[in-house]
Amino acid sequence: MPATSETVSTARSEPPASPAATTAAPAASRARPIAWRLASVVDVVPETPRARTLRLDVPGWPGHRAGQHVDVRLTAEDGYQAQRSYSIGSAPEELAVALTVERLDDGEVSPYLTDELRPGDRLELRGPIGGHFVWDVALGGPLLLVAGGSGIVPLMAMLRHRAIVLAGANDGARHRVPARLLYSARRWDEVIYRDELARLHEGDPTLDVALTLTREPPPEWAGFRRRIDRMMLAEVAWPPAERPHAFVCGPTPLVESVAAALVDLGHDPAAVKTERFGPTGGAT
Amino acid sequence: MSEPFVSRGFRGRRQSAAAGRLPPGQYETRDFPVLSAGPTPRTPLAAWDFTLRGRGTAARWTWEEFQALPRETVTVDIHCVTKWSKFGTVWEGVSVDTLLAEAGAQGVEPGPYVLAVSDGGYTTNLPLADVAGGKAWVATGYDGAPLAPEHGGPARLLVPHLYFWKSAKWVRQLRLMERDEAGFWESLGYHNFGDPWREQRYAGDE
Amino acid sequence: MDSVVRAPAGPTAVGERFAEALRLDGNAAGGIMSEVFVADLTAARATCAGCGTTREVGALLVYAHSMGTVVRCPGCDGVVLRIARTPSRIWLDLTGARHVAIPAAAPPA
Repeated sequence: MPATSETVSTARSEPPASPAATTAAPAASRARPIAWRLASVVDVVPETPRARTLRLDVPGWPGHRAGQHVDVRLTAEDGYQAQRSYSIGSAPEELAVALTVERLDDGEVSPYLTDELRPGDRLELRGPIGGHFVWDVALGGPLLLVAGGSGIVPLMAMLRHRAIVLAGANDGARHRVPARLLYSARRWDEVIYRDELARLHEGDPTLDVALTLTREPPPEWAGFRRRIDRMMLAEVAWPPAERPHAFVCGPTPLVESVAAALVDLGHDPAAVKTERFGPTGGAT
Repeated sequence: MSEPFVSRGFRGRRQSAAAGRLPPGQYETRDFPVLSAGPTPRTPLAAWDFTLRGRGTAARWTWEEFQALPRETVTVDIHCVTKWSKFGTVWEGVSVDTLLAEAGAQGVEPGPYVLAVSDGGYTTNLPLADVAGGKAWVATGYDGAPLAPEHGGPARLLVPHLYFWKSAKWVRQLRLMERDEAGFWESLGYHNFGDPWREQRYAGDE
Repeated sequence: MDSVVRAPAGPTAVGERFAEALRLDGNAAGGIMSEVFVADLTAARATCAGCGTTREVGALLVYAHSMGTVVRCPGCDGVVLRIARTPSRIWLDLTGARHVAIPAAAPPA
């Protein structure tokens, strides 16, 4: 065992507790590095023509925080392995762990997850990973979420968590954590979680959802019709004086341009958290 | 776990390849994957130079001077330590022998080892014998066009008989050294020499 | 060190640089870091040994592929941390970090 991890595990009494975990896992099982586990696929749910939600049963799952991801590893019969990271879309309060994967046509891993995997199959994964790009209601608001393509997934975990926690709450509590989502997708039928977002929005005056469709919006579309730019963010985002917690997720070029624009508009760089998915938006 | 887990129905992207042309443990790709350890350098050609430095002295070429050197076009197979190999890649550039000869004529003293140094700080080390004798080039063209920045342009080292991490992208200098000095990956667990035919991927491999 | 190989001195504002499609955030290194560190390093604060910029590791810039993971400073692009996994070992170079401050464990609920 490497000396470093032995030293750390004896010096610390317990790893950071997840505020969302309702039962603490035994300290010994969290004193090891995050282990690879075999999850069972419970269901594969179509979201859009290219996106599927994998609902998973993960034995020994320690709970997670909204915004975290898992690493998924596939192994072929000859031992060849491919590994990718996928954001968790389910709220920490939900029973099943859900990953939403968008298929990239020439991808190596995503087509397997969206087209081949079936209920009853097992999937090797480890997690939850990431303590930086996380939000829970306890951190407060306002909450500004900007998503490009499949970047909506970790942000949806945040919105679902928010909805569950605020479900029985009074207006005062909701107004303390108002949320705004700006979501860029290419087409109407590629908007992941489209109906659920509409429901959440309609049921909650403290949640704003703005879509921008960058290619072929439907003829009657009255919303934004272009890539997210500084002007759109100035219109949608809170002013910097409100000090929103901002989370930006999606393909790297979109994330970098949005984060730069938010800083340019005056938002504190430390309050703009980013999760770049790489060139393809994360689905490879 | 006694038996390793296998993902039902997963095959991966690999294609079968011509036996004999593939070093052990490799598979053929038709893509040209981009692997980078840092941001793509953007040195303007007007500011670019190439140096071949020995103890105390260095030979230096500006971009114009470099373009005026005798050039070669070579077709080679390349092998990445991450297991992909690409056959029949066509490069255009200056043989390192040409650079060594010119530098020698200017009084640059050779040494038994070379450290290639790139914009952005990447380094890799090789024996002098493995960049001389027609084994290496500083390449400025790929597949009939100027070398693209993501593949190492304007100029990269090309040493096809070793794993491709030795073909340093964005190369700016070859340092001739008395002592071997481990480069970026060689100091992080990768093999000091890196012969794909002996599968020398990691430190400690025979 | 030669001027030719000095990492470009960069502005600290995100995005005032050419977009690098392959660039990721520190979170992307969370998985491999979890093989070495028991604590979650993505939430730790790291100080760049090159320029002194201090950020949460999750806010650092990551270049990762099967050879290894390189974590760079958003201020100067200098290497803060690099990790490679070979069949027999995990190699770790922390010389680019002046120090790393890991949040203490919260008391149990």
